[in-house]
Amino acid sequence: MSTAKEARAIVEMRGITIEFPGVKALDGVDLTLRGGEVHTLMGENGAGKSTLIKALTGVYAIDGGSIIVEGTPREFRGTADAQLAGISTVYQEVNLCTNLSVGENVMLGHEVRGPLGINWAATHREAARHLENLGVRLDTRSMLSAHSIAVQQLVAISRAMVTDSRVLVLDEPTSSLDRGEVDQLFGVIRGLRDRGVAILFVTHFLDQVYEISDRLTVLRNGTLVGEYPVEDLPRGQLISKMIGRELDELDAISQSAARAIDRTSDPVIRATGVGRRGVLHPADVEVYDGEVVGLAGLLGSGRTELVRLLYGADRADAGRVEVRGRTARITNPRHAIDRRIAFSSEDRRAEGLVGDLTVAENIVLGIQAKRGALRKVRKSEQDTIVEEYIQALGVRPANPNALVRNLSGGNQQKVLLARWLATAPQLIILDEPTRGIDVGAKADIQRKVAELSEQGLAVVFISSELEEVIRIAQRIVVMRDRRKIGELTSHDIGVDDLVAFIADEQPQPDSPESAA
Amino acid sequence: MKKILTHRLMLPIAALVALIVINTIARPSFVSVTVKGDQLYGPLIDILRNSAPLMLVSLGMMIVISTRGIDLSVGAIMAVSGAVALTIIDGSPTPNDLGTVLGAIGIAVLIGMLLGAWNGFLVAVVGVQPIIATLVLMLAGRGVALLITGGFITTINSAPYKFMAQGYVIGLPFAFFVSVAAVALVALIERRTALGVLTEAVGINPEASRLAGVRSRGIIWGAYAASGVLAGFAGILYSSNTMAADSNAAGLYIELYAILAVVLGGTSLMGGKFTVAGTVIGVFTIETLRSTILFLGVPSAVAPLFLAVAVVIVVLIQSPRLRSLVTRTAQGARPNTSEVAR
Repeated sequence: MSTAKEARAIVEMRGITIEFPGVKALDGVDLTLRGGEVHTLMGENGAGKSTLIKALTGVYAIDGGSIIVEGTPREFRGTADAQLAGISTVYQEVNLCTNLSVGENVMLGHEVRGPLGINWAATHREAARHLENLGVRLDTRSMLSAHSIAVQQLVAISRAMVTDSRVLVLDEPTSSLDRGEVDQLFGVIRGLRDRGVAILFVTHFLDQVYEISDRLTVLRNGTLVGEYPVEDLPRGQLISKMIGRELDELDAISQSAARAIDRTSDPVIRATGVGRRGVLHPADVEVYDGEVVGLAGLLGSGRTELVRLLYGADRADAGRVEVRGRTARITNPRHAIDRRIAFSSEDRRAEGLVGDLTVAENIVLGIQAKRGALRKVRKSEQDTIVEEYIQALGVRPANPNALVRNLSGGNQQKVLLARWLATAPQLIILDEPTRGIDVGAKADIQRKVAELSEQGLAVVFISSELEEVIRIAQRIVVMRDRRKIGELTSHDIGVDDLVAFIADEQPQPDSPESAA
Repeated sequence: MKKILTHRLMLPIAALVALIVINTIARPSFVSVTVKGDQLYGPLIDILRNSAPLMLVSLGMMIVISTRGIDLSVGAIMAVSGAVALTIIDGSPTPNDLGTVLGAIGIAVLIGMLLGAWNGFLVAVVGVQPIIATLVLMLAGRGVALLITGGFITTINSAPYKFMAQGYVIGLPFAFFVSVAAVALVALIERRTALGVLTEAVGINPEASRLAGVRSRGIIWGAYAASGVLAGFAGILYSSNTMAADSNAAGLYIELYAILAVVLGGTSLMGGKFTVAGTVIGVFTIETLRSTILFLGVPSAVAPLFLAVAVVIVVLIQSPRLRSLVTRTAQGARPNTSEVAR
C-alpha cells in the first residue's frame, strides 16, 4: 500500500485547449492524476471543470494539448476510447438502468458467457464479487430502482471497476447523498485509492474536499490557477483562488441574521401538529415577518416533507395551519400561492424549472399561473419584470431568451428565485437553494435572502450545509427521523453544537441509524 | 428570436416547396388555376379544400401532443359527429332549412367536445396513459356511430349541409375558409392568451408546472376537449363531402396523418413547444403528397407505402441527429451520442 504513495503519474493532460464556437472553454490547462491519490478539481461553475472532465473521458475532442495515459499519448475519439485506456466515469446523475437488476447493471456488456449464451448465475456471482471488493453487500438480483441513489452510485463505481479502470472520475457524486452515505462512499474511494487507482473528484462541498483529497487543481474562467497539495491551501485561500477575490461578504450576512425579530403580532404562518401518516410526525412551526427559519437535519429527516406539507405539494392528514392568524386550508399548491406562499423545490430541474422554456418565460410563469391563462402578462410588462430580476439577482447570461436548460445550476436557481419573488410572496420556502451551485452564486443567493428578510419577507431555509443555516437563520428547527426534535436560536451556536443536536441529545459517535 | 423561429420552420417549408416544385415539373398543370363561372379550379385549390378535415384534426392533435399526450380517437369522433348530424337532418321534416342544419352541426360538435372531455377526464383525472385512454374511444367510437345510424349508411339531401364541403365563397371552397378560421382561432387563443405557454409548460415539466401553480389538470382536460371539438367539426366536413354518414370510412387513419402533420411541423412527440404555422405546413405537405400519389396513378393498394417512403425522407432531413452528423466534421468540439442521450 505504501508504494501507492509513490505518486506515479497515470494521466498527464498538458496544455489542453477546447474551443466552442465563439468561446475558449479551456485555455492551456494542465492536470496530472497520480495513482493512489484523490485529486479534486475545484472551480466555480463555468470555470471549465466539466469541459476538462469531458476531454478526459472522450466526450469532447481537444483542440490543443496532449493527453498521456501511462506514458502513451492518446487521442480519444469517443468515450469508448477513454474506457479502453482505463478511464471510467461516474456522473452526478447516475446513468444506470434502473429497471435492470443490480447484477445486470454491474456486468452490463461484460456478462459471463457459457455455451448457451449468458450464464446468469455466474454473471451474478461475478457481480457480487466486484461489489464485495468495494465492501458492498447487495442482493445482485434486486432491482436497481429499489435502492437509494447512494447505493446506485456504489453500483456505478463497481461497474467502472469491472473494466479494471486505472482512473476513476467522480463528477459530483455526493450532491444528493446524506452524511452516512457520504461516509460509505468515501470509504469505498479510500479503498480504491489504496489499491493504486487514480481518482479525480469534483464537488461543491468544501468540507468534503478537505476530508478526502490529497491534491487540488483549481480552475478559473477556463484557465489553470494552480495545483496544490491539500495541506498547503486552507479554505479561505481556496475560495479566493476560485472566485478571484476575497470573501468577507459572508460576514455581512451573519450580521443581518443577528437582527431582533418582532414576534408580538401574528406569525405569517403557524402550523400546529402538521403531519402525514408514514411521512412526517406532527410538527409545529412558526415563521414571523422578516424572519429566516432554518431547517436542519439529515437528508430524509423530514425537512423536505415538512415544507411540502406546508405548501400543499403533498396533502397533510393532520394538523392546522394559520396564515396571519386565520385558519387556512392548504391542500394544493394553488391554495398556498393564493396566500402568497412560495416554494422553491430542492430538485430544481425536475420540480422547479421548465427546461425548454426561456429564462423570461420561466420567470413570469409564477405570475401567469396566478393570473390564469386568460390574462396574459403583456410583453412590455414581462420585459420590465424579467429585466429587473435578471439585474437584481445577477442571472448569467443576462439573456431573457436563453433556454433555462442551458444555464448553470446557480443561474437556474436564480431564475427560480426570480419567478417566486416576482409573485410578491409574504413567505418563501427555499429547499436546498444552494445545493450543487458554485461559491459565487451561493454567496449571491445568501445575500439576497438576507436582504429580502430585512425588508420583511418571511423565509424558510433548508440546507445540508449547516454553516449556511447557522449563518443565515435566526431560528433553526431541527429534524430527525421524520419528526421535529427541537428548535435552536442560531447565535452562539456552532456547527459542532448543531451536529451534536442532530445526531442525538446525548452525544453519540457516528450516527449509526442514518441509513433509511 | 425571429431568427430561431424562421430557422425552426425552414425545413418544413423547404420540404413543402420542394414537393410543389417536383409536382410542377412533372405536370405543369399542377399550379394552373382555371376560372369556371366565378369559382376557381385546379390541383392547388383541391388541396386547399381537401385538407380542411385534416387541418382541423391536426390542430387539435397539436395541442394534445404539446401536453405530452396523444389523441387516437379523432377518427372515431369524426364518425360519431357525422352520424349525429346526418341522423338529425335525416329525421327532420325540413332538411333544407338552414336552422335545422346549424342545429344539427351544433349538436354534433357538442358531442365531439363531450367525447374529447371524456378522454381528458381519463387522462387528467383518472391518470390513464393518453395512448390507452384514447384507444378506448378509438375502438368504441365507430360502434357508437353505427348504433346512431342503426347500422346503415345514412344519406341525405340538404343544400345547406352540402355547402359545408362543396360550396364556394368568393371563388374559393368554403371548407378552406373553415380551415383558415380554425387556424386563426387556435393561434389567437393559444398565443394571445397565455394558454399556449402554460400548455407547453405542462407538457415539458408537469410537476414543476403544478408546483408553480399552473392548473395543469384543467389545461390537459381542455386540450382533449378542444381536440374533440375540432374532430367533431372535421366529421361534419367529411360527411358533407359525401353527404353520407359512413361510420367505417369516416376519418379512417386520420389520427395517423394528423400525428405525422404535427411532427412534420416541428412539434416533438415528447410534448412542449408547438407552432401553429408548422402544423399548417405539415398538413399541406401531407395533402400535397396525397395529391401527388393520386396524380402519379400509384395503385391505391401501394399508395400508403409511397406516402411512408416520402415521410421517412422528410423526417430524415429534419432529424437533428442526422444534421449534427453532417455538420460534425465541420466543428471542433463534438458532443458524442451518449452526451446527447443524457
